Amino acid sequence: MNAHQWLELAVYIAALVLVTRPLGLYLNHVLNPAGRTWLDPVLRPLEKLTYRVLGVDATKEHDWKQYAFAMLIFSLVSCLFTYAILRLQNFLPLNPQHFGALSSHLAFNTAVSFTTNTNWQSYGGENTMSYLSQMVALAIHNFFSAAVGIAIAAALVRGIARHTAQTIGNFWVDLTRIMYYLLLPICLVLALFFVSQGMIQNFKPYTTAKLIEPQTVSVQKTDASGKPVVDAKGGPVMENQTLDTQTIVQGPMASQIAIKMLGTNGGGYTNANAAHPFENPTPLSNFLQMLALLCIGSALTYHLGRETKNQKHGWAVWSAMFAMFLAGVLVCWWAEAKGNPIHQQLGVAVADGNMEGKEVRFGILDSALFATVTTDASCGAVNSMHDSFTPLGGLVPLFNIQTGEVIFGGVGAGLYGMLIFVVLTVFIAGLMVGRTPEYLGKKIEAYDVKMVLLAFVILAFIILGFTAWASVSNWGTSSLANQGPHGLSEMLYAYTSGAGNNGSAFAGLNANTPWYDTTLGVDMLLGRFGMIVPLLALAGSLARKKIVPAGAGTFPVTGLTFVVLLVGTVILVGALTFLPALTLGPIVEHFLMLKGNLF
Amino acid sequence: MKNIFTEFGRSLVATLFFAVILCGLYPLVVYGAAQLLFPHQANGSLLVDQSGAVRGSALLAQSFTGAKYFHPRPSAAGANGYDATSSSGSNLGPTSSNLVANLIQNIATYRSDNGLATNTPVPADAVTASGSGLDPHISVANAALQIPRVARARGISEDRVLELVEQNTTGRDLGIFGEPRVNVMTLNFALDQLPQK
Repeated sequence: MNAHQWLELAVYIAALVLVTRPLGLYLNHVLNPAGRTWLDPVLRPLEKLTYRVLGVDATKEHDWKQYAFAMLIFSLVSCLFTYAILRLQNFLPLNPQHFGALSSHLAFNTAVSFTTNTNWQSYGGENTMSYLSQMVALAIHNFFSAAVGIAIAAALVRGIARHTAQTIGNFWVDLTRIMYYLLLPICLVLALFFVSQGMIQNFKPYTTAKLIEPQTVSVQKTDASGKPVVDAKGGPVMENQTLDTQTIVQGPMASQIAIKMLGTNGGGYTNANAAHPFENPTPLSNFLQMLALLCIGSALTYHLGRETKNQKHGWAVWSAMFAMFLAGVLVCWWAEAKGNPIHQQLGVAVADGNMEGKEVRFGILDSALFATVTTDASCGAVNSMHDSFTPLGGLVPLFNIQTGEVIFGGVGAGLYGMLIFVVLTVFIAGLMVGRTPEYLGKKIEAYDVKMVLLAFVILAFIILGFTAWASVSNWGTSSLANQGPHGLSEMLYAYTSGAGNNGSAFAGLNANTPWYDTTLGVDMLLGRFGMIVPLLALAGSLARKKIVPAGAGTFPVTGLTFVVLLVGTVILVGALTFLPALTLGPIVEHFLMLKGNLF
Repeated sequence: MKNIFTEFGRSLVATLFFAVILCGLYPLVVYGAAQLLFPHQANGSLLVDQSGAVRGSALLAQSFTGAKYFHPRPSAAGANGYDATSSSGSNLGPTSSNLVANLIQNIATYRSDNGLATNTPVPADAVTASGSGLDPHISVANAALQIPRVARARGISEDRVLELVEQNTTGRDLGIFGEPRVNVMTLNFALDQLPQK
């Protein structure tokens, strides 16, 4: 934790603060169908063409049921589109490495994973996916799921801002405008910058390089038919082989990585994700990836303030998010910088911290900061392997996801997740003073609180339910890479990541089995749509309400008291639900590590 | 019912139409601009020797075990490590006995390779597997400890090797971001380009 690293953290925070207002103002124009932007001359004709092709009347708005219906059908159809491409990959073009089709369970898991903005990956991209699958089947959902998330947030904000209204916006207009005016232009700039740093963007087959120093490696002997040879006891027979080539991955990576980060998707082009030197070549590309990841989530709080004509409320929500972000970074960074005492006793330099699973160009701070922001948001890209973090360092990403990813959060998902907590907070505050709770002039009634609680209960139920099921099943424990409490953490992390639509992993877990692929697929679907539908119902309900003037007993949704109460609600709801599971996983592992226990 | 069919049809048209723009036009525009402006980077930052053969990428580590070369970080990519089509970390956790066994072996090898006393602490990056298994960089401290060995094996002065190490060292980006680092790939490539005695 040296001065250089403190400076870098300060620069990151400053950049995030600086980008919030301008991007928030821009969002107001994007999310208003009549809004004007400086890109209109280029994009307006394309936008109009899109409405004509889709047969959309852009002036007609939807009520919450129509909005939800359009969103669900669109998600279903685009999910099937991806499933079909993955299953037919071997027949389709742009497959220079001749990869085969995906198994049904892997294709199901992957299609669901990308549709729900999770981007959980039970496969390694560079040895599974053709260029067409990467560029079309997967990247399309990087745009779609991000735009759907922002659209839902915009609809909810409209519900809060409007009164005695029946409609909350037009799904197709929101979707189109977000993709054209917000995501596409920023991605173009980001992608080109990433290429300048060393990211690839081509359509060549993989390159074969002649090793600078040929190596002799020991490999298992195979017979003429390619079957492994075994000795009398059934053990493998090894032989020495000279290795003199390296196969270098190629493909259209940069265009995909830009939207992967900006849309908080997180699905890697390669297995190592943003730790891969092509996928994140320099600390500078790393910095922009981290900024791209949080900027829309941060700007949406400004949009909230603008739309509800209460900018202080927008900043209050931002402050609550920021406080939790900062706490997370500091704990994770401290734990990783301190390192692992067991390893240090063996002779690993104490000052270097825990470098297992981390890259030299990023070091401890960039790795801890990335791990924190990627789980604050529902991104799930990783630039270091969370499985190899110290117990407390790994606890931070896990806990971040379990709060519901409301710390800036996934694009759109962060804001609507946080607004659930806001409603819950004013409800709790109302209970304390014995008054009907109000939120920005709207009475919060039984129906609204039921919708809020439904969204919470679904999340907790699937995370804990699936983890419990896996931990007592053979199919669950036979995929573990680590034993002891760390094994439980691997399972807990997987279902948390799926339900939270995050997609990062304690990646030692071998999740590409029929059981894991399927249960995680269901976990992701429920985590996404089980939350969105009650939330749109809440938006519809809020939009219909009348405004009541604020009175002396109205709990203010600005200022320090509100921020503290909001953070308290997020932590308490998260902690009370998941504390027992966390105690059995990372917390007990921390104490065992200090004692020197190994598994 | 009619409403459902309309909505299905619209979703299908939308998926295909957006696919053309976002998954066709957009990557092609990036491709064109990238190949025009940054062809070296866009094609993998390849290292090409005098004979025109591709020897690797400046961004992807290869395995180096001989005394003449700087050794990269241990790798968990693929069965033998450094498999650039199978990037991966070890994913071994903080209380893993397998990880401890790996570390004991790596530390012993590193000390004996570089002639270090058995109680010298070793740089963490030298004995831990990187996140990608392809990390082309090592820390400045790690490189410094390897200089005497490489100089001896090549029969050149340590100063000459140090000079090359410095040429292949990158500081923090813009003086702020990331950590200083030495690129093993470009360094070893440059060592081989030195005029033979």
